[in-house]
Amino acid sequence: MTRFWIGAGAVIAIGLLLAVTDIIANSFWFFAAYVVLQYVVLATAWNIMGGYMGYVNFGSAGFFAIGAYTAIVLYNLVKAPLLVMIPLSGIVCGLMGLGMGYLTLRLRGVYFAIGTLALAVVLETLMVNWDYVGGATGAYVIRPRTLEPFGDYVKFLTFVMLVLAVIAVAAARWIERAKFGRGLHAIRDDEIAAECAGIPTLRLKLIATTLSGFLMGIAGAPFPLYVGFVEPASAFNLAYAVNAIAMPMIGGTTMWAGPVIGALLLGTAQQIANVTISSELNLLIVGLVLVLFVTLAPEGIVGLVRKYFGRGR
Amino acid sequence: MFTFDLFWNALVAGALLGGFYAAVSLGLSITFGQLDIVNIAHPAFVILGAYIAYMGNEWWGFDPILTGLVAAPVFYAIGVGVYRFYYEAFERRDDEALRGLAFFFGVMFIVEVVLIMAYGVDFRSVQAPYIGGNWEIGTIGIPTRMFVPCMVSIAMFAAVYTYLARTFTGRAILAVSQDRLALELMAADPVRVKQVGFGLGIGTAAIAGALLIIIIPIEPSVGRLYIGQVFAIVVLGGLGSISGTLVAALILGVAESLVSTFYGPSWAPAVAFSVLLIALAVRPQGLFGR
Repeated sequence: MTRFWIGAGAVIAIGLLLAVTDIIANSFWFFAAYVVLQYVVLATAWNIMGGYMGYVNFGSAGFFAIGAYTAIVLYNLVKAPLLVMIPLSGIVCGLMGLGMGYLTLRLRGVYFAIGTLALAVVLETLMVNWDYVGGATGAYVIRPRTLEPFGDYVKFLTFVMLVLAVIAVAAARWIERAKFGRGLHAIRDDEIAAECAGIPTLRLKLIATTLSGFLMGIAGAPFPLYVGFVEPASAFNLAYAVNAIAMPMIGGTTMWAGPVIGALLLGTAQQIANVTISSELNLLIVGLVLVLFVTLAPEGIVGLVRKYFGRGR
Repeated sequence: MFTFDLFWNALVAGALLGGFYAAVSLGLSITFGQLDIVNIAHPAFVILGAYIAYMGNEWWGFDPILTGLVAAPVFYAIGVGVYRFYYEAFERRDDEALRGLAFFFGVMFIVEVVLIMAYGVDFRSVQAPYIGGNWEIGTIGIPTRMFVPCMVSIAMFAAVYTYLARTFTGRAILAVSQDRLALELMAADPVRVKQVGFGLGIGTAAIAGALLIIIIPIEPSVGRLYIGQVFAIVVLGGLGSISGTLVAALILGVAESLVSTFYGPSWAPAVAFSVLLIALAVRPQGLFGR
């Protein structure tokens, strides 16, 4: 048992305690925490491809939305429970990620990034034209009001998202420490040299894109139950794509803590700005902070901390 | 429901649309195709240009195209500024690929949000004498609202093409990504050349934006959809080929018009991105690529 696992266990235990008791009575805090945790999953998933492997995915919103739409299909078909939706959404998006992995055979760098953006728009158009999942007008999902022993259902959803966030971060941390992660770093630095050095680049890329897609899918799966009403414009919202990029870039892309710090800081700031100022202004802040960090602190907060405190991991 | 009337109408409308797309993608064809700068914010600058045309029209009743022409030098200056910043922050450190992309993504987002804050998400449009007219040639209708922008677009395209092909600076812009060293030996500073090229690219966005708001009412977030169109056109035409951009713009315009006539407008956004995905997967060097 390392410090990380003790910490993760403690986070889950505290989360469970807060969710089942009434220490925090106002369910707004759970609504807000859910969004922040959802961004932890998305940012971590993005970072597996973008940070470790160096392939920028502009289509995070597409994966997130397909996760949500898979959940809607399951709901419409058999009224599947949430704990069935999450793994199945993950699998669907994992397969999509696998397809995207094969795309890397032909597309590198900038072309890959634009290709992912294209993929997201094509998927959105498909959903707009697919009436079974509500088409352009959207689909309703009826959320149970309560679930024992959590009380309010939102508390349960938030706890589920917390567990998913811990799973995502643990996966990212495992990749970082395993030989697999070093292989991805080699791909990021020089793909051809990595190939020449005997690294099975295609296999590594496929595993990474599949895993990244899977994690984005599970982040999207509870979304229909959380909002109760899903339309293409909200599920494919560009804010997801921007945040999934901005958060790791702000936190630092080289280490698992980066996306987590970025998501917690930026996600919380957005939640606060949402209530106190306006939702447009909060998006403006995201854009400005992204540009600022990309320009001035390319290594993110993790990089700044390392630079000024001179500590390794 | 297929009839030849409908088909010919869609074909003509598509060609006019394609002519307009040429104006929107010309700037990116220069910045991305010639200078290797992935200016994903280009459509955002086009929308900014459209809003400036809207302001001129709404406040003083100026003609949108005239406003676009007046705004173009200002956009040129903005472009020069953005490139200087980009050069100092990314290109000089040889760190442009991913961070540069994220930078332009951020710029795009900032432009969009600022416009939303200033004007909200309502659709805006302009008034001009040539909006609303319609010429009938046999059974084919030619709306002047499409015809005028198409002609202006082609005139701009021809002017920029001539500039690039005939003048020293223009040729230097075409040369800069091919062989930097040779350019330096010709006593041209690559950074200055790229600065002019990037300014020119953004300058065209001012006029393209004015044309856009003549064709269709806009709101700030429509810029995102044009990312697909412009990149599809520039990639399909072939990076580095200005004339290829014009051909690709016409192809995409016709394809979109046919799809939206025969399958419904809700499928139209997928056309550009599908073309882009197919072009990237099958022939990344484009139709006329170097």
